[in-house]
Amino acid sequence: MANLNDHMGRPIVAVTGIGVVTSLGVGKADNWAALTAGKSGIHPITRFPVDHLNTRISGMVDFLPSSSKGASLLTYDLAEIAAQEAVAEAGLDSGDFGGPLFLASPPVELDWSERFSLYNSDKHDIGAERLLRVARGLKELDVFETTQFGSIADRLADRFGTRGLPITLSTACASGATSIQLGVEAIRRGECDRALSIGADGSATAEALIRFSLLSALSTHNDIPERASKPFSKDRDGFVLAEGSGALVLESLQAALARGATILGILRGCGEKADDFHRTRSKPDGSPAIAAVRAALADAGLGEDEIDYVNAHGTSTPENDKMEHLSLSTVFGERIGSMPISSNKSMIGHTLSAAGAVEAAFSLMTMRESVIPPTINYDNPDPAIVLDVVPNKKRNAKVGTVLSNSFGFGGQNTCLVMAREPV
Amino acid sequence: MSPHHVVISGIGLVSSLGEGPDAHWRKLAQPGLEPVLEASRFSPYTVHPLPEIDWNLQIAKRGDQRQMETWQRLGTYAAGMALDDAGIKGNDELCTTMDMVVAAGGGERDETVDADILAASESRNDRDVLLNEKLTTELRPTLFLAQLSNLLAGNISIVHKVTGSSRTFMGEEGAGVAAVETAAARIRSGQSTHILVGGAFQTEHSDMLLGYELAGYLHRGPWRPVWQRQGLQGGGVVTGSGGAFLVLEQREHAISRGRKIYAELGPVISGRAKRRQGELDAEIAALLRQAALPNGELLTISGASGAHTATAAEKSALDANPAIAARGFSTLTGHMKEAQFPFAVALAALAVERKAAYPAFDPATEKPFNGIPRTVLATAVGYHQFEGLALVNAAD
Repeated sequence: MANLNDHMGRPIVAVTGIGVVTSLGVGKADNWAALTAGKSGIHPITRFPVDHLNTRISGMVDFLPSSSKGASLLTYDLAEIAAQEAVAEAGLDSGDFGGPLFLASPPVELDWSERFSLYNSDKHDIGAERLLRVARGLKELDVFETTQFGSIADRLADRFGTRGLPITLSTACASGATSIQLGVEAIRRGECDRALSIGADGSATAEALIRFSLLSALSTHNDIPERASKPFSKDRDGFVLAEGSGALVLESLQAALARGATILGILRGCGEKADDFHRTRSKPDGSPAIAAVRAALADAGLGEDEIDYVNAHGTSTPENDKMEHLSLSTVFGERIGSMPISSNKSMIGHTLSAAGAVEAAFSLMTMRESVIPPTINYDNPDPAIVLDVVPNKKRNAKVGTVLSNSFGFGGQNTCLVMAREPV
Repeated sequence: MSPHHVVISGIGLVSSLGEGPDAHWRKLAQPGLEPVLEASRFSPYTVHPLPEIDWNLQIAKRGDQRQMETWQRLGTYAAGMALDDAGIKGNDELCTTMDMVVAAGGGERDETVDADILAASESRNDRDVLLNEKLTTELRPTLFLAQLSNLLAGNISIVHKVTGSSRTFMGEEGAGVAAVETAAARIRSGQSTHILVGGAFQTEHSDMLLGYELAGYLHRGPWRPVWQRQGLQGGGVVTGSGGAFLVLEQREHAISRGRKIYAELGPVISGRAKRRQGELDAEIAALLRQAALPNGELLTISGASGAHTATAAEKSALDANPAIAARGFSTLTGHMKEAQFPFAVALAALAVERKAAYPAFDPATEKPFNGIPRTVLATAVGYHQFEGLALVNAAD
């Protein structure tokens, strides 16, 4: 009989279903094959013209019917596809999930295509006044719903039969990890036996790209797109904007075992710490990220010497990778030089609100498959960052525990600790 | 282990009526108080505008103020007031261990740039190129951060040093309900000892009105109290700028600090009616049943928005219980979206603490309440989706 409670007497939280979509494809099988082959999903932007843009590459998901239909519809589809894969793998009724939904998704705004179309359907007034005039004459709710922050989760709740008021959240680039953390906490509190945590982001619009570009956050290595994302390299120059989704079915170990579900992994611990230094930059001493890693380890009941692999936030921005190295080397000390640490973003780019969930899915697969996906494009190591980044080629390795980092604008730092076995 | 009790130990409020719990109590306790209205700037829509605010009182650095637009400033300001009120502001140990859940929408876009692009779109077929051309040259780089939903929380961390944790929930009134519900659950279960929770809404911006009007939700024509807009022109919602933050605290934690306690936060219950299938009436009734309302007269602080269908459903559910004396505060503040539920809970806590009910905000519709409210019900039935309510009890 397995121990059903953790070191703090709380219910152990198991993962019984995993789903994922990235620019590499739909589903775990395709993604894993590409990821372990070191294949990049970064490609030239074709969704909109790239005139006047400094960055002309991305990891957009361009192969879905909704890929050209706006951020809201694409984000919904990404979330639905990943959740469907996860719920099906868990062997649960995909129309009657019976637990709460936690959705990490991008903040929504009225798409420009809709703005243009509303504006040019009338000739009276100008600017906002005209938009409001046209708006109040609309007969359909479709456009309205793309502007409501709760609508995607509302539709998902209908689709999967989740219970109660679904929570939509944003902790910027840590959102996906936060959605998992909320599920873990709800199960630990005994509010539910299972939860559906999804991170989805289909918001790579021209305006989003331009906004990040104006903050100098994006890579401009346009010439060979698949080479642009190069975490921990000396010549890294920014992240690559991307889309994707990850979904996990979380379940108390007790409930999962009772219904004979396959245990895919354990969500052992979550840690977070906010940074009060700056809106986009981290505190120079890395203390918030350090505190988040330590909080996750403590929550998991594991020591620094008990993490086998780090799934890095590894965005490929000069700032993040430096700070992540600083915080990891502070927590893990000497050992950091010999711990495998890789960045999935070297291949899929930065999926923003989805990243924490996508990378949790890949972390769980890393343990199950005993294969660590590489950090590709690692040809020019940054001498200030001495890490074993699993350069360029996958590595076979038995991995029992993973730390997955997520750091975001607004001082967001969230870390997850996952394990292969329930203690 | 028995669950911890959750108390409200700090309140920060801003609305067209003024700022702070005391100012709100003084105004709202006056029978026949007239709302503050702005009927011309956004005509045909009326809004309840922000009062004059000296941002320096809560956001000391001009540099910080410049990094934000009004929405984030407003939330950061209201949050600072709540922290002050709870005796937490400036206390490093309490701030660095304090958790935070913010209910947020989005920040203000640059209306001038948008209007410019729209105007140019009338004579251009290559609108996507036009967009790149204008946005790359005319957008202020830092405006993005002023628009990001989670950057209200981010600014609260920077300005007030609240850094235990930071989570932002999105989704209109439901975000406010879920934020309070989750914060309370974390304290009850021992996952947290003190949490800052709340939201802000700045309606004096065309995009914030557009968010309602794309479904025709806004009331047009002369202002009417929130319960008296059925059948009139428009959709019934009159919005207001404002913010509400609460400090929720584990009872022992607040007592050990020797703090004043406004009230105890009882059950917080949320729901999601499938409204298109006509479930709203049944859902509100079910939430009221789950709340296990106390016997006797019950003061109810209703967050009703005025939206015709949702407000009619809420009104009939409240009217069905003769013990309930409802106060629809949107009559006096306007609808504050994500901040609506935290605002309702704050007004409920104030009444409990002052041991007095508010007079009717709309004497033609709302009945008198003569007793001392020991328990007050707070509601938020979303104008479009999601519902929630809470019971707020006397602390002693």
